[in-house]
Amino acid sequence: MRAPFTVLAAVGAALLVLPQFAAPYYVTLMLPFMAYAVVLLGFNLLFGYTGLVSFGHALFIGVGAYTGAVLTTRFGVRHIEVILLAAGLAAAVVAAPVGALCVRYVKIYFGMLTLAFGMVFYTFLLKFYRLTGGDEGMRMLRPSLLGQEWAGFSKTAYLIGPYYYFSLAVLVLATGIMWRIVGSPFGLCLKTIRDNPVKAESLGLSVPRHRWYAFMVSAVYAGVGGALLATPTGNVDPTLAYWTQSGNVVFMVLLGGFSSFFGPILGAFAFIFLQDAVMSVFPYWRLVFGAVLAALVIAAPGGLMGLIGSIARRSPFEAARS
Amino acid sequence: MILEARDVRKSYGAFVALDGVTLAIGEDEFVSIIGPNGAGKSTLINVLTGALELSAGSVRFRDRDIAGIGPVALARLGMARSFQLVQIFPELTVLETLQAAVVSRLGLSAKLFSSLRSDPRVQADAMEVAALFGLADRARTPTRALPQGDKKLLDVASAFTLRPQIILLDEPTSGVSTADKHAVMEILVGAARQIGLRAIVQVEHDMDIVFGYSDRIIALHQGRVLADGAPAAIQADARVVETVIGRRAAPC
Repeated sequence: MRAPFTVLAAVGAALLVLPQFAAPYYVTLMLPFMAYAVVLLGFNLLFGYTGLVSFGHALFIGVGAYTGAVLTTRFGVRHIEVILLAAGLAAAVVAAPVGALCVRYVKIYFGMLTLAFGMVFYTFLLKFYRLTGGDEGMRMLRPSLLGQEWAGFSKTAYLIGPYYYFSLAVLVLATGIMWRIVGSPFGLCLKTIRDNPVKAESLGLSVPRHRWYAFMVSAVYAGVGGALLATPTGNVDPTLAYWTQSGNVVFMVLLGGFSSFFGPILGAFAFIFLQDAVMSVFPYWRLVFGAVLAALVIAAPGGLMGLIGSIARRSPFEAARS
Repeated sequence: MILEARDVRKSYGAFVALDGVTLAIGEDEFVSIIGPNGAGKSTLINVLTGALELSAGSVRFRDRDIAGIGPVALARLGMARSFQLVQIFPELTVLETLQAAVVSRLGLSAKLFSSLRSDPRVQADAMEVAALFGLADRARTPTRALPQGDKKLLDVASAFTLRPQIILLDEPTSGVSTADKHAVMEILVGAARQIGLRAIVQVEHDMDIVFGYSDRIIALHQGRVLADGAPAAIQADARVVETVIGRRAAPC
């Protein structure tokens, strides 16, 4: 059991010193990774732990990102802490009625319903030009971190310095809270519902109520992640809430492995850097990603974490222990 | 009376599954419901556990109307059930399965930020039930890896963990080898006594089990109560022997 903690500590240390060693370009790539990682932690509470696949999660990423843009440009609110809280709150407010309706359905019906709500929101962003800037979107102004404005920093210096560490802190906090949630009595109840809703109900656990709570938590995570994503993106536009974005979220989780707690985080990392690598040599990156997804589903349904797990089990170190 | 059904009718379209069933389950009773296939046993269990609305009549548990209230409300009121086809949580361990039942009973299921591991009540209670059912040494085993008999026991054990006043068992020994049936029943009855269950109702096909453990037997035939009495009286009832028990003499 000690090996995972060693890995975790090593990864944490690497993330801390990364901006000192890596080229600024790669450090800026870490920002969407960390923002998506927050989104995926929440998404996987719904997917991996509750057994519901949302195809409309970009809705809540959009709500979070637009909350940030609206607050900074319209209301002059620059405190990122306030923005993140407001983004989470806004996502929860939207998720409450949407979730209450969606969780009455499962499987493909749940997926389609979430997709439908996502499309409604996308259209709203696109068409309500005066409110949202339509297809041009809205600017996300540079937020202050812990009350500091970092006025002397260039955009890149701000992003690879203070904003990088702030994002990392948010990711660590979000991970810690999610770890707590999946290890709570509530987390256990979600797993029972995923495995066998009929049996869960016979034990007195209300399936719709727990699914709704999980939906709300996952929406809050997506909202916070979306707001975190808005700053490196700079300009928030409706593509953030488009259904392909929801598809990317599902892809990332499958890539990393939904049956592992850290799988989604690894998935976000692999997705962002793989996308960057493929795009730099080949313009049709989606073609490559489609093939990767097909290969994953067929050959490695456990995702990267599943692969790592099976390699670790085969290693002589593990064999000697057992 | 703990559980009472009065003139219960349940029809599906033109088909009448239950045609005026009246029965009552009292304190400290072990009641078996028997009947040939199609007699209405499964419908009756679903009616008694509030899973179905009635076409006519009433079902009362501790003087509360429970017709169609659903499984969650039923469990809260203090009635538990197990299923004919074993119901488990494949990815959870034995201990986690029982912990989920404790969490439900203690009303902790909406605690998002408290730690399950460090709650001594949940841990101790789940382990106690695991021990009662002889599953303690497999507490950390994933449920899907259990042998069929243990899955069946776990299904029942998790229902017992709710510490209900009454439990309805739908064929508790189906799928269990003949040699193990009595062992399963001994565990069940022993655990019921330990946990303080007021009554057990079971639907069962195995007549050795039915006559070996029941205080009272209710024979169902074509949606009606054919006979309701002590095992000796049932055994002496020519109509019951003809329609239900007689099949036992025939080689299977």
